[in-house]
Amino acid sequence: MADKTIKLMQGNEACVEGAIAAGMRFYAGYPITPSTEIAELSAEKLPKIGGKFIQMEDEIAGISAVIGASIAGEKVMTATSGPGFSLKQEGLGYAVITEAPCVIVNVQRGGPSTGLPTAPAQGEIMQARWGTHGDHSIIALYPWSVKEIYNTTIKAFNLAEKYRTPVILLMDEVIAHMREKIEIPNNTELEVYNRKKPTCSPENYKPYEVKEGDLVPEMAGFGEGYRFHVTGLVHSESGFPSGNEKVAENLINRLIDKIEDNKDDIVEVSEYLTEDSDIAIVAFGATARSAKSAVDTLREDGIKAGLFRPITIWPLAEKELLELSKKVKRIVVVEMNMGQYYLEVDRIAGKFTKVEKYGRLNGELITPEEIISFVKEDQYAKSTN
Amino acid sequence: MPSQLINEFFRTENLPHIWCPGCGNGIVTRAIVKAIDNLGLDKDKVCVVSGIGCSSRASGYLDFNTMHTTHGRALAFATGIKLAKPELTVIVITGDGDCSAIGGNHLIHAARRNIDITTIVFNNSTYGMTGGQYSPTTPTGDKGTTAPYGNIDMNFDLCELAKAAGGTYVSRGTIFTANMLIKQVEEGIKNKGFSFIEALTTCPTYYGRKNKKGEAVDMMNYLKENAINIAAYDKLTDEQKDGKFVVGELYKNTRAEYVEEYQKIIESFSKER
Ligand SMILES: Cc1ncc(C[n+]2csc(CCOP(=O)(O)OP(=O)(O)O)c2C)c(N)n1
Ligand code: SF4
Repeated sequence: MADKTIKLMQGNEACVEGAIAAGMRFYAGYPITPSTEIAELSAEKLPKIGGKFIQMEDEIAGISAVIGASIAGEKVMTATSGPGFSLKQEGLGYAVITEAPCVIVNVQRGGPSTGLPTAPAQGEIMQARWGTHGDHSIIALYPWSVKEIYNTTIKAFNLAEKYRTPVILLMDEVIAHMREKIEIPNNTELEVYNRKKPTCSPENYKPYEVKEGDLVPEMAGFGEGYRFHVTGLVHSESGFPSGNEKVAENLINRLIDKIEDNKDDIVEVSEYLTEDSDIAIVAFGATARSAKSAVDTLREDGIKAGLFRPITIWPLAEKELLELSKKVKRIVVVEMNMGQYYLEVDRIAGKFTKVEKYGRLNGELITPEEIISFVKEDQYAKSTN
Repeated sequence: MPSQLINEFFRTENLPHIWCPGCGNGIVTRAIVKAIDNLGLDKDKVCVVSGIGCSSRASGYLDFNTMHTTHGRALAFATGIKLAKPELTVIVITGDGDCSAIGGNHLIHAARRNIDITTIVFNNSTYGMTGGQYSPTTPTGDKGTTAPYGNIDMNFDLCELAKAAGGTYVSRGTIFTANMLIKQVEEGIKNKGFSFIEALTTCPTYYGRKNKKGEAVDMMNYLKENAINIAAYDKLTDEQKDGKFVVGELYKNTRAEYVEEYQKIIESFSKER
């Protein structure tokens, strides 16, 4: 057997294939364009491998069922778009504090509200980060091609299991619906991470206790002989609610630290021609494809441009952005919104270089030409000269 | 000395509970535990899921696999658990507001699927945890902190709702007739499908005080005097029924259960292989 299979596949399909390869055995959700194919394909594929699919009554029910199944021991996913992502926010927070591994896909569409159902947009950059209430950290990944959707979905599952956390997979409508050639490895080489199971006796098990040098607790599943309590309230190591300020502080800090302290493992960026560039374009997803093409053209025109593409958009690639800001004279953040990621890039890189934004939202992709003319116009240079 | 039930089934390290003196929640919780005990279920295979509210705190006191979820969503979480691990006995504990206001949609869909979950609603006719606001079960005309001039909403008959939506075991009990309640929970657990048990309970702190229902004992007496068993109730004239409510096993039926139906789909593929 060949070590890989070559297939023509849609982005949404690649997401399901990646999820199954990573071990997804439970999907619950509510259909919404442009994410529907993820539900449809999961419904078709899961029972064939002994997994379960359920179409719940709404998105809140979808994420709730997924968290329930996760606590019961399964690898789980739900997918949605725009308004559905808003509905899932309370459940997302619950998954954060209960440390229930799950993957939440958001194939973005134009908003606010029902907005532009079938048009691309990148409007949930900040909602992915801060949509649920309270302080926490979050992992969000952002692939730019069908092939990368496959790999990134696997990575999303692995990070969810490894860090016991919800992982958000942000996708763009155009890539979700686009067909591209992808190579699917024939499993053996696939790196799949499974949550750490407790090895202690049930009497000694504390569901939220961490071992020295590790910030992630071992996780038993319901029915495995470890009877434990799960609550969205602030809880001690034993899992039971506590109003003690020290307990609250320790828990919240640990939830943040287990992600922020492991950025080296979690953060992935892809850079293209940035080693010698004067201008760096920061972009993700579909927009990064236009940006790459713009970089090539700018280079042909003698302008030293490069592309900085965060694949992990949260936690923020601070170290990498700082390095970039010390190398380049100018950073342009291009995104299909009015400047959400720009705020963060400017916060980090703005100390060392000038950071500008090019954002637009009308349901149309940002083209390479637009990016080129924005870079060439150099608004900033004009206004300060 | 604490009863055997407490030592066996409660997480004594988490007691005392948060409930007010005179609150009926303890009696309903005991009925659930006693039913589990009577059925001889393996503690490792029992899963208790609750929403948010005073009553939903019960999950934390019980020594099973327990989950205290978000407000109104216990049935959705439980659906995921049951589907993922069909071998578990899944019991949902919920308040009247949790179950029928914010969680109303999940209730009707869990019933419609006839998924094998036993739901016990602690109905105290009010929102206890948030301080006595009116709930979908507050009788029309009664007061709540958000209905200072009397509630003008029609109140829900939760059992009718569960039955109409497709539940296959529906019954109503009260904390006054605790033994009947135990039996009802047992029957609910034994039923292969969606079981719904409405336990009428008391919140003297808010509902009782606001509506001048007297002390906890007076509220218990009210339940005693006005609850009529289904067999007797049907024989009453409309006049006699006035102000009374029916208790007992209200509905029973057999219908395909959701998880089993899904399992059949899975098995159709394993045969193919
Ligand atoms: C999304 C959300 N909305 C509102 C609340 C506030 N809240 C907590 S408990 C509760 C009502 C509980 O009433 P009920 O379900 O009847 O239970 P009881 O406390 O009476 O047992 C409300 C409104 C919440 N926790 N979450
Ligand atoms: S407020 Fe009412 S329902 Fe809540 S514990 Fe007190 S008496 Fe019970």
